[in-house]
Amino acid sequence: MTDVSQRVREGDASTHDDAPVTASKTAKPDRALLAEVVTINAPAQELYAFWRDTPRLAGVLENVLSIEAIDSVRSRWTVKAPAGREVSWESVITDDQPGSSISWQSAEGADVANSGRVEFKDAGQRGTIVRATIAYEPPGGTVGQFIAKLFQREPRIQARRDLHRFKQLIETGEVATGARNQRILRERSGD
Amino acid sequence: MKAIAWHGKHDVRYDTVDDPEILNPRDAIIRVTSTAICGSDLHLYDGYIPTMQKGDILGHEFMGEVVETGPKSTLKTGQRVVVPFTISCGKCYHCSKHQYSGCENGNPADNQDISREGMGLPMGAAFGYSHMTGGYSGGQAEYVRVPFSDFGPLVIPDDSIEDDKVLFLTDILPTGWMAAENAQIEPGDTVAVWGCGPVGLFAVQSAFLMGAERVIAIDHFPRRLEMARQFGAETVNFEESKVAEALWDMTGGIGPDATIDCVGLEAHGAFADNVIDQIKVSTFLGTDRAHVIRQAIMATRKGGRVSMPGVYAGFVDKFPLGAFMEKGLTLKTGQTHVQQYLRPLYTAIAEGKIDSTFLISHRMALEEGPTGYQKFHDEQDKYTKIVLKPGTSAKAA
Ligand SMILES: NC(=O)c1ccc[n+]([C@@H]2O[C@H](COP(=O)([O-])OP(=O)(O)OC[C@H]3O[C@@H](n4cnc5c(N)ncnc54)[C@H](O)[C@@H]3O)[C@@H](O)[C@H]2O)c1
Ligand SMILES: [Zn+2]
Ligand SMILES: [Zn+2]
Repeated sequence: MTDVSQRVREGDASTHDDAPVTASKTAKPDRALLAEVVTINAPAQELYAFWRDTPRLAGVLENVLSIEAIDSVRSRWTVKAPAGREVSWESVITDDQPGSSISWQSAEGADVANSGRVEFKDAGQRGTIVRATIAYEPPGGTVGQFIAKLFQREPRIQARRDLHRFKQLIETGEVATGARNQRILRERSGD
Repeated sequence: MKAIAWHGKHDVRYDTVDDPEILNPRDAIIRVTSTAICGSDLHLYDGYIPTMQKGDILGHEFMGEVVETGPKSTLKTGQRVVVPFTISCGKCYHCSKHQYSGCENGNPADNQDISREGMGLPMGAAFGYSHMTGGYSGGQAEYVRVPFSDFGPLVIPDDSIEDDKVLFLTDILPTGWMAAENAQIEPGDTVAVWGCGPVGLFAVQSAFLMGAERVIAIDHFPRRLEMARQFGAETVNFEESKVAEALWDMTGGIGPDATIDCVGLEAHGAFADNVIDQIKVSTFLGTDRAHVIRQAIMATRKGGRVSMPGVYAGFVDKFPLGAFMEKGLTLKTGQTHVQQYLRPLYTAIAEGKIDSTFLISHRMALEEGPTGYQKFHDEQDKYTKIVLKPGTSAKAA
């Protein structure tokens, strides 16, 4: 106890807490910034490997129409956008820490310039915390984002849903649906 | 197939809809042989639960015969199964803690947003209970798609045990049991139970089985109170007696050791707070009529336990938080972790330790479902529990 109070008295109390920047009340990122997390009952290495397996990954990310690998670090992403449009960009892996994180950045000329990181952090008996941070230039600024919300393609909600579908697939072997049959399933997925 | 579908407040219909299909590897399709109407269904009937859509098939208490299985189902065609109302995967963190109603994987990702915003975290999934809990078609139908069929359903191997004996394992029997367990009953305790509907009556039975010395049951329907008396409870009719005054006196000025709210958000009675709540509900200032939980907190002895199986959905005010703190109470609640209680309670039924058939006041054909809802709603004294039997005709049932 004495040790702690002594250290607090002598050191400078940090103005930073342990909360992520996306929870900050004051930070003003120059691009739209979002983070979403999910805890998955599986080892980090397994989840990391799934994320590096682009065809499998594209199957989980609902708004991603395709991910074509160009080489070991470059791939082309085609994603559904509001109002039935598509956007596409080339993504480059800028940092790869096997079993723990993947960072990327869109190449020059992207429809939606973006960068981000997916981290896989061991969470003991809870499994692995998967955290995705994405920064992007919202197309059409705030208005575009508002429209995106209306069309349920608001990026944060999409990221949250995609992470949950990923979790369901890994933990239960399937992606949950409340639909009664194929017809209702198609109706609900809006295709 | 035929099914009972929700179309709006006090409007449920016997509809023709398209059949369920296997969609996921762990699915099974069940042909329903018995399905009950629950007090929770009345909250839907009265329009209290948000995110219902026209045409949603109701029913979360059902059992039947397996007719089709997905490649990962462990069930076999022809088996008789009882299906828990909670849809739980058996693999996630909450399932590993046996908190099955908190399962993280039953509720489809798209349906989780509403409760993530409104309740802080996404809720689990259930059959036939709005889109907030998954938008799953319910069991008041000829057939149902049952997800995670390798984990939830209990196979009833003994054909000599008829449906009526095991049907309530789906919800209300485990709910009454968990309500008593949450009240942390100790031998010799005095327990007060609000509501003598199916949940309350099972809570009364469970409390005695857990060693309660006295159980005081509260309601206003004479027949329901009489059933509680049959199980050994003392009774208070809130239309004839002042509940707080009666409990103070009957417990010698100490208060009950534990209290159980088996009523939830639709408390009856012209109590001052209830009337104000009703005005607030109709003007959207508060959403739930919380008379019972307030009364229970005020009545419980210092250091006592409050258990709340009754369903609440939104906000309440005039919540006696000061009394709660000053008296040092504990409150436990939640949707029932049905999967946790299925096997032990099935054994108790098979050994004759628990009887649940006494509850059933009426058996009807599926097509009489809409009448069943209306009767269960309007004539609660007479209609204690209705079981619908798909496959029988109105005359024969
Ligand atoms: N936690 C769960 O998982 C779970 C599961 C099933 C049911 N429930 C809930 O439990 C509650 C009871 O279910 P049920 O099927 O027995 O319903 P029910 O409608 O058949 O019974 C409720 C009883 O409460 C009585 N009551 C109303 N106001 C009262 C008051 N002021 N004081 C005392 N009694 C009063 C009614 O007269 C009625 O007999 C409902 O809220 C239901 O939604 C919860
Ligand atoms: Zn029920
Ligand atoms: Zn689960």
